[in-house]
Amino acid sequence: MSTITLKINGAQKSVTIEDPDMPLLYVLRDEFSLHGPRFGCGLGQCGACTVHIDGHAVRSCITPAFSVNGANITTLEGLGTPEKAHPVQAAFIEEQAVQCGYCINGMIMQSAAFLATNPHPTEEQIRAELANNLCRCGTHVRIVAAVQRAAASI
Amino acid sequence: MLDLTPSRRDLLLGAGGLFISLAIKAPAQAANSAPLVAPAAAKPLAIDQVASFLAIDPQSHVTLFTGKVDLGTGLMTAMLQIVAEELDVAPASVTIISGDTALTPDQGTSSGSNGIQIGGMQIRRAAATAKHALLDMAAAKLGVDVASLTVENGVVTGGGKSVSYGTLVTGQSIAIPVSPDVPSKDPSKFKLVGKSMRRLDIPDKVTGRFTYMQDVKVDGMLHGRVVRPPAMGANLISVNEASVSSIPGFVKLVRDGNFLGVVCKTEWSAIKASRALEAKWSDWAGLPEQSKLYEHVRATKIDKTEVTSNSGDVPTGFAAATKKLSATYDFAIHTHGSIGPSCAIVAIENGKVTCWSASQATHSMRKQLAAMLGLADDDVRCLYVDGSGCYGRNGHEDAAADAALMSRAVEGRPVRVQWMRHDEHGWDPKGPPTLMDLSAGIDDKGNVTAWESAVFNANGTIGFAPLVGAQLSDRPHQTGMAPGGVNGDSAVPYGFTNVHTIANRLNATPFRPSWIRTPGRMQNTFANESFLDEVAAAAKADPIAFRLQYLTDKRGIELLERVRTLAKWEARPSPDRNQQGDIVYGRGVSYVKYELNRTYIAAVAEVEVNRKTGQIKAQRFFVAHDCGQIINPDGLRNQIEGNVVQTVSRALMEELKFDRSTVTSLDWATYPVITFPDVPKVVMDLVDRPNEKPWGAGEPSAAVVPSALSNAVFDATGVRMRSVPMTPAKFLAALKAT
Repeated sequence: MSTITLKINGAQKSVTIEDPDMPLLYVLRDEFSLHGPRFGCGLGQCGACTVHIDGHAVRSCITPAFSVNGANITTLEGLGTPEKAHPVQAAFIEEQAVQCGYCINGMIMQSAAFLATNPHPTEEQIRAELANNLCRCGTHVRIVAAVQRAAASI
Repeated sequence: MLDLTPSRRDLLLGAGGLFISLAIKAPAQAANSAPLVAPAAAKPLAIDQVASFLAIDPQSHVTLFTGKVDLGTGLMTAMLQIVAEELDVAPASVTIISGDTALTPDQGTSSGSNGIQIGGMQIRRAAATAKHALLDMAAAKLGVDVASLTVENGVVTGGGKSVSYGTLVTGQSIAIPVSPDVPSKDPSKFKLVGKSMRRLDIPDKVTGRFTYMQDVKVDGMLHGRVVRPPAMGANLISVNEASVSSIPGFVKLVRDGNFLGVVCKTEWSAIKASRALEAKWSDWAGLPEQSKLYEHVRATKIDKTEVTSNSGDVPTGFAAATKKLSATYDFAIHTHGSIGPSCAIVAIENGKVTCWSASQATHSMRKQLAAMLGLADDDVRCLYVDGSGCYGRNGHEDAAADAALMSRAVEGRPVRVQWMRHDEHGWDPKGPPTLMDLSAGIDDKGNVTAWESAVFNANGTIGFAPLVGAQLSDRPHQTGMAPGGVNGDSAVPYGFTNVHTIANRLNATPFRPSWIRTPGRMQNTFANESFLDEVAAAAKADPIAFRLQYLTDKRGIELLERVRTLAKWEARPSPDRNQQGDIVYGRGVSYVKYELNRTYIAAVAEVEVNRKTGQIKAQRFFVAHDCGQIINPDGLRNQIEGNVVQTVSRALMEELKFDRSTVTSLDWATYPVITFPDVPKVVMDLVDRPNEKPWGAGEPSAAVVPSALSNAVFDATGVRMRSVPMTPAKFLAALKAT
């Protein structure tokens, strides 16, 4: 058992970890009631759990919380709000790029980190970047359009 | 696009009001609390009462109660448009409560593309009846003729005076039946219906504020995980509780027959315990060999044979033919594969069960849970909370049963069960394997003289798939199969003279079956429309012209003509033999009139095929779509895009893998689905017919996708793909055989 500190969406937090294997996802969802990152597979295959760790898009379901002690973590909630949306979130609203929306956390977090370093991607680059984020509803067409829209607005 | 997202999502009903006398407190929907648990009020639930659907409070706020639920399709936004349109109120003044068995009428399962077509029209009818009653009341109050009244934003005006719905209903409590014949609003006066409206849920979904089922927390909640048999039919011999009892937070091992689960204080400890639990199971190897699946299907006992169409005389038709074609098509077992695994919470207090889930059929699930637990239906209340996308009867109901069995084992404390990925891929009910034999005759002019088909599909003997927890624990449950209406579109929409089509309903299928998007209609349309393409090719006819030759339905003809224009279709027979090199291109058409009595779809697929690797890539889809009156055009487009993309995935890639004991495709690596680089563009032409009935759109456009792909591959290569999924290996084998 040990205590780690995390900066989550700008606020300094500390949390006691009983099991060194416990993934970050459970800290965020169960300790801090953050609903952006979601459990999809627990295997790092689908992307629903994606958060930013020090600006990088990371799968929180396979990242032990213990391993990111001291890290700066941003979740979907920290990216923006309905009242003050991040450009990527705003673009997803504009394009209505959601069906069930369960995967959308990952789509937005992956895209936001990507656009931060690649502000003018081609459609092909966007598709390649999101290749490891799964959507079952078939919202891909709109998601690509939303990322393109976000890129144009940043 | 209209942006009319209501700012208030909470239930804001005051005491009193027209149609129902309902006292519901307005619980704030805090992130950590369960959503909306209004007390079960003395409110009518009968499908024929206006008050079952609608309440208006003294502030003119409207509450819609619907037994239909939004599975990620945007249905509730469309329902809001329908109600606000009919009542002439602002969309922001309408709150929707859906799927709560204590508060909503049972409108049937949210399935089968019936949300708007049936559910929405029940609501429109209730709202039209309410509007009529309100106008009568306003006429009396204002002392003017009903015909002179106008309504805007819930305020009735006439003779220079106005009165709000809220004022009219204050202190009133009137029970009136839904009128079958009160006229509903003239479509030419629609302000909301037929115009794209932004979905209510999207701002919260893209910012992490939305509460999915997986996010719900209930005070005192424990966490459960299931431990399924390693072989699907195995019996539990022994279990070693000591293997998990030292895990911090461990609360209870739940063993009930072959049902096994662990309950812990935290989610992570429940996961750890489910992994660590040592259990001994008997051997079982009752599944067929995957490589001989279709031999197994063909050898399965036939319960009954149903004739799905019969006209003319097929033997005479074949006798007149100069050429006879025959082919067999097959369609793999598919999993639902929601991105978020099934999740439910159950609490039991004083013998009363409360269940939160994302079930598409809370009213039916309530009965199944009650039966399993030996309770009366009224002792179970099921509330709906949006979950991950649901494309049929997946695992939500089973997770609810799991949670009920675990809650029962811990004195009714609330238990949240979320399946792990392997539970979802392994144990959700499956779309059963389907086999289709077809024959046709053509004469020397290329006319179809006979059409004959036989489909082999799982028999439907019960209404709903049994709950896994009830099966494993052997608690009361119905035994039988519920694959959905899989005979749909077994008959063809074409006017051939001699037709005989049958469905051989099988006594068994390897996995617990259920409906998955477009059940049966997708498999049947794959076979029919691909085989028709074979016939057209044999007749050396252009595939669209060939179809048009046998259609008399004007709306169907219009759609095929529209898709021909949309896709810039070049009229010629398939295949296109003028291509060189390994990479070739083709286009294929498909057409369906859904279940032969509603939504029309015509689609053209464009594919790229690599003849060397066998890789098939869908590049573009063109879809012409006529579902009658469109409620929310952008919502419809979203659904069609989803249908196309999801079905391209199913048609090209998806196949359940299994050994003799269990499912072996337990994750996304072993059950791959489409990813962004392979997603086609989707181009649409929507026909809106405001004066027609609105028909379903949740699944019809999926029906045509596999056949359009098969036909496009044939056009590109001359190779006929008769087996879903159309994998590179199957293509290369077919190429070799061609």
